[in-house]
Amino acid sequence: MSDKSNRIIVTVVGHDRTGIIAETSRVLADAGVNIVDISQTLLGEFFVMILLADLTQATLGLEALKGQLHAKAEQLGLRIDAQHEDVFKFMHRV
Amino acid sequence: MRSVHFEPEEILETVKMVQMENLDIRTITMGISLRDCAHPELAQAAQRAYEKICRYAEKLVSVGDALEREYGIPIINRRISVTPIALVAESSAAERYVVMAQALDRAAAAVGVNFIGGFSALVEKGLTFGDRKLIDSLPEALAVTERVCASINVASTRAGINMTAVGRMGEIILECAQATAARDGIACAKLVVFCNAVEDNPFMAGAFHGIGEPECVINVGVSGPGAVLSAVRRAPQADLGELAAIIKRTAFKITRMGELIGRRASDRLGVPFGIVDLSLAPTPAQGDSVAQILEAMGLERVGTHGSTAALAMLNDAVKKGGAMASSHVGGLSGAFIPVSEDIGMIEAAQAGTLTLDKLEAMTCVCSVGLDMIAVPGDTPAATLAAIIADEAAIGMINRKTTAVRLIPAPGKQVGDFVEFGGLLGRAPVMAVHRQSSQDFVRRGGRIPAPIQALNN
Repeated sequence: MSDKSNRIIVTVVGHDRTGIIAETSRVLADAGVNIVDISQTLLGEFFVMILLADLTQATLGLEALKGQLHAKAEQLGLRIDAQHEDVFKFMHRV
Repeated sequence: MRSVHFEPEEILETVKMVQMENLDIRTITMGISLRDCAHPELAQAAQRAYEKICRYAEKLVSVGDALEREYGIPIINRRISVTPIALVAESSAAERYVVMAQALDRAAAAVGVNFIGGFSALVEKGLTFGDRKLIDSLPEALAVTERVCASINVASTRAGINMTAVGRMGEIILECAQATAARDGIACAKLVVFCNAVEDNPFMAGAFHGIGEPECVINVGVSGPGAVLSAVRRAPQADLGELAAIIKRTAFKITRMGELIGRRASDRLGVPFGIVDLSLAPTPAQGDSVAQILEAMGLERVGTHGSTAALAMLNDAVKKGGAMASSHVGGLSGAFIPVSEDIGMIEAAQAGTLTLDKLEAMTCVCSVGLDMIAVPGDTPAATLAAIIADEAAIGMINRKTTAVRLIPAPGKQVGDFVEFGGLLGRAPVMAVHRQSSQDFVRRGGRIPAPIQALNN
């Protein structure tokens, strides 16, 4: 597994409401982050959206992007986290 | 989502571990050989050591910071370990090695690491002139420096126990406490006495860069009592076999994070990757406690009957899970039970459930030993030495690493607290037996190496 991957996984967890995808995607688009894949599901009562995104063309670093996502999460009453894809690869796949 | 092949549950589990359960990388430790820094003039040797550490570790902190940002995993400490200083300094005629300790302290400050380990000597069989000078230097060296950590190996399974050195270390620990009496004897928190010391341990205060190690190496210490605690709490009905499997799976995941960060740090620093140390290292933070894991397994309070069995299972499950997760596991690898650094241990000691004798029993089955334990300031040197001897005997016979880090808190009695703050935490002063061990320790000499057969 090389050091080259520049992809992150964004997770959005909370109660379902209108505009979650639109609002989250806007933060990413404004930062030049390309969404590669997207899925959503219900886990119990929670709405869970998982986005795979590529930071290669991004104008923000992960830290700054996380800051913006957290601000958006607060505004929407959700939880949004972003983490490097390799973290999940290492933890769940040998 | 096909392109990444993760289940939502897996993704959420990882996010939860990092965001809510204190999963972190406890330390990235760069091991640096100082063998080529020896010089007949100690000041010259110290200067060489300073320059070499600054050169090799120049980017250690910035690379750690960058990895933390990019992967979103907290990396709590960046540290350095060096060749046991007795080996480097003894080419000089100097009587004391404090100058070298000060150079290490300055180098650590210059590159921005909070601890540097390796003001050390290996004396399990006997002392060279350099070993003796280093040990004699300890009280002053640890009092006048902030970041330097020291360790002395006094015993091993192959060599036995050097009781003369053990006796001397009892005296030295008291002197270290007195030299830093105004700060609760903090010098003692930076001094470890080992049996079977390991050469690639990334954790302080016992880290040093062993003589079988390469020029420079990156070792990683992972943590994660919080993640294990949550996993155990989620399974109140599991039998112990199932619980062991749950702990193994959690330890595996925690260790994989260490493997990831270690490989990346090694690539970026251009330094070989040594090992992942998969210890459960607690911090004083609530929920980041090994004691609370044992309590979640079903003990009302750690220290009560059953604690040794619970700890044995926890320690073994952590090793089994971790060993599969990393290409090279090393260091101490197991569960740490330092009293002052673990909120559950502090509470149990304060309540009187956890005693020194029970802690000693628990060290038979976990990694390390009697760690960060405050005892009354008037404890005689011979009693400190006898505690070290007991712990070394456990390590020697059981072919494992054991260590002692005792703080005879100046002017304090049982029930008082010592306060170090930060990762070193706070500790209640625990009772020791008042009956003398003086005549036993005074005999000196060596306890012979044990027979390696007829195991019972």
